[in-house]
Amino acid sequence: MRTGGWIFMLLSISFVLCLTAFTFYRVLRRPASTEHMHAPLDIDTRDQDT
Amino acid sequence: MSQAKDQWQSRLGVILAVAGSAVGLGNFLRFPGNAAANGGGGFMIPYFCALIFLGIPICWAEWTMGKYGGQFGFNSCPAIFGVIGRRPIFRYLGVLGLIIPIVIYMYYVLIESWCMGYAFSFAAGWIDLGDNPAQYATQSVDYFNSFVGANQDGLMLDGRIHESVVVWLIVFAVNFYLIYRGLSKGIESFCKWAMPMMALFAFIVLGRVLTLGTPDPAQPDLSVLNGLGFMWNPKPVDGEGSWIAALANPTVWRNAAGQIFFSLSVGFGVIVNYASYLKRKDDVVLSGLTASSTNEFFEVCLGGLITIPAAFVFLGAVGASKTGTFSLGFHTLPIVFQYMDGGRFFGCIWFLMLFLAAITSSLSMLQPAIAFLEEALAIGRKASVTLLGLVTGLGSLFVIYFSKDLKVLLFLDDTVGTIMIVVLALVQVILFSWVFGVDRGIRFAHQGAEMHLPRFFKFVIKYVSPVYLLVMIGWSCVTDSGKYYKLIREDNQILLATGLVLVVTVFLLILINLGGRRWKAETRDPRTDKSFGGLGAEPARKEARR
Repeated sequence: MRTGGWIFMLLSISFVLCLTAFTFYRVLRRPASTEHMHAPLDIDTRDQDT
Repeated sequence: MSQAKDQWQSRLGVILAVAGSAVGLGNFLRFPGNAAANGGGGFMIPYFCALIFLGIPICWAEWTMGKYGGQFGFNSCPAIFGVIGRRPIFRYLGVLGLIIPIVIYMYYVLIESWCMGYAFSFAAGWIDLGDNPAQYATQSVDYFNSFVGANQDGLMLDGRIHESVVVWLIVFAVNFYLIYRGLSKGIESFCKWAMPMMALFAFIVLGRVLTLGTPDPAQPDLSVLNGLGFMWNPKPVDGEGSWIAALANPTVWRNAAGQIFFSLSVGFGVIVNYASYLKRKDDVVLSGLTASSTNEFFEVCLGGLITIPAAFVFLGAVGASKTGTFSLGFHTLPIVFQYMDGGRFFGCIWFLMLFLAAITSSLSMLQPAIAFLEEALAIGRKASVTLLGLVTGLGSLFVIYFSKDLKVLLFLDDTVGTIMIVVLALVQVILFSWVFGVDRGIRFAHQGAEMHLPRFFKFVIKYVSPVYLLVMIGWSCVTDSGKYYKLIREDNQILLATGLVLVVTVFLLILINLGGRRWKAETRDPRTDKSFGGLGAEPARKEARR
C-alpha cells in the first residue's frame, strides 16, 4: 500500500462518511421527515385492487 | 419523553427503509469487481466524479420528473416522458426506462438466487473447500463454476435437477408472488431491521478480512495490506502506462458512471416510476440524497474493503482483476469464511443478507413494467404481473441456458446494465434541464422538500451532467463500437442475446404506440383536476402553459 493508496482510501471513506452523517443528521432533526420521506418499496402504488 | 423517543424511532425507521431499498448486489458484488478491473484507486476518481456530477443530480432530476408526471395520473416512464417532453419522440425514448429494468431483472434474479443457493449450501455444509489452504481458491472457484454451470452451455437445463435451478425457480416465484399479492411493503418493513444486521455482519466479516495477514507464508506478497494497496493504489488498467494515462481511457469513465447509476438505481426507470406515486408535498431531495449516501456507505466503506483485499489475498492480482464483476464475491468470500470460527454460520447469514438486499432491488425493478402494461393495455395489475412474469421468465431461462463463462450475463450487464443506463441518464438530464427547464424543475423539486438543492447543482444539472455524458458516450462510441460490432458478428451467443434485447424493445415500442393514443386522450387537465396538487386555477394555468 503506497502513500497514494492511503490518500485515496482515506479521502474516499471520509467523504462517504461525511455525506452519510450529513444526510442522517438532516433526517433525524427534521420533524416532518417521517411524513414526507419515502423509500421506493414503501410507496403505495395504488393499483392493488385493479 | 416517550413521544420524543417515538418520533426519533420513526425517523430512524425512515433512514432504514431508504437504506433497505438502496442497498443491493451492486454494492457488494458488482462494485468490487468493477473497481479491480478498472484501475483500483485510479477508478475512484471517475467514480466520485460520476457520483457528484451525474449520480446525485440525475437522481434528483428523476425523482422530480416522476413526481411531476404522477400529477397527471401517469406512472410509466414513456407516459411521463411524453407529458414532460410533449413530443412523441420522448414517449418512445421512454422505452429505455422499461427495457433496462426488464433485462437487468432477467439476470439479477439469477444472481439473487445464487445468493440464496449459497446460503442454503452453507447451512447444509455443502460448501467444502477441503483441508489444504493452498487448494481453497481452486475449490471455491470450482464450486461456483459447477453451481452456476459456467463450464458449458446448457448444463443447467439438461433435464436433471440442479440445486441452482431449483433455487432460481423458488426465488423467481417468491418475487412474483410478493409483487402479485402486493406484499412488497412487507419486505420493506422486514428490511428495516435486516439492514442494520447486514451492516453488523459486514463489519464482522470486514474485521476478519483485515486480520487475515498473510494466509499463505509461501507467498508473502499476497497480504491484506497489499490487497488494500491493490484496491486503493492508483494504477494503470491492464498494467500498461501510468495511472494518469488510465484516466484517458473512456471505458473506465463509462464503467464508473455505469456503476454509480447501477447501484443508485439511477437511469433505470425505477425512480421515475416510484416517484410518480408521490404527493406534490412529498420530499424528493433529502430522500434521494439519503438513499445515495447510504448506498455509498455500503459500497465504498464495506463492499470495497471486504471483497477486493480478500480476492487479492486468495486469488492474486490476476485473479482479482480478471474475474467477472459478479463472480468475485462468490469466488472469494467462501474462502474468508473458511478462515473464520463459525464460518459456516457467518457464510449462511452473509449470503442470506445479500439475498435480502437483492430482493428489495429486484422487486422494485418489476414495478415500472407493471405500471406500463397497466397503462398501455388498460389491464389490471394481476394480468400485467402475469405477462411480465412470462417475458422475464423466458429471458432468465435464456441467461441460465447460456451459462458458459457467464458470457451472456456479463454481456447483458455490460450493454444494458452499463451502456443503456448511461444513455437513459443522458435522455433524462436533457429532458429535465432543457425541455422541462432547470429552474422550473428545481422549483418543483423544492415543493415539500426537507432540504433545498445547493445552488451549485443548478449549473451542474444544466451544463456539467449533459456535457459529461455526451462526451463520455461519444468517446466510448469511437473507441468501443468496433469491439461490440466484432463481438456480435463473431459470437453466436452474443448475437442471440442482442436479438433478445431487440425483440423485447420492439415489443415494448409497439405497446408504447398503442398506449400513446390512450394517454393523449386521458391526459388530465391540470386546470380542472384537483389531483394536480391542488394548484388552483391560475398557478395551474401557468404550469400548463410552460
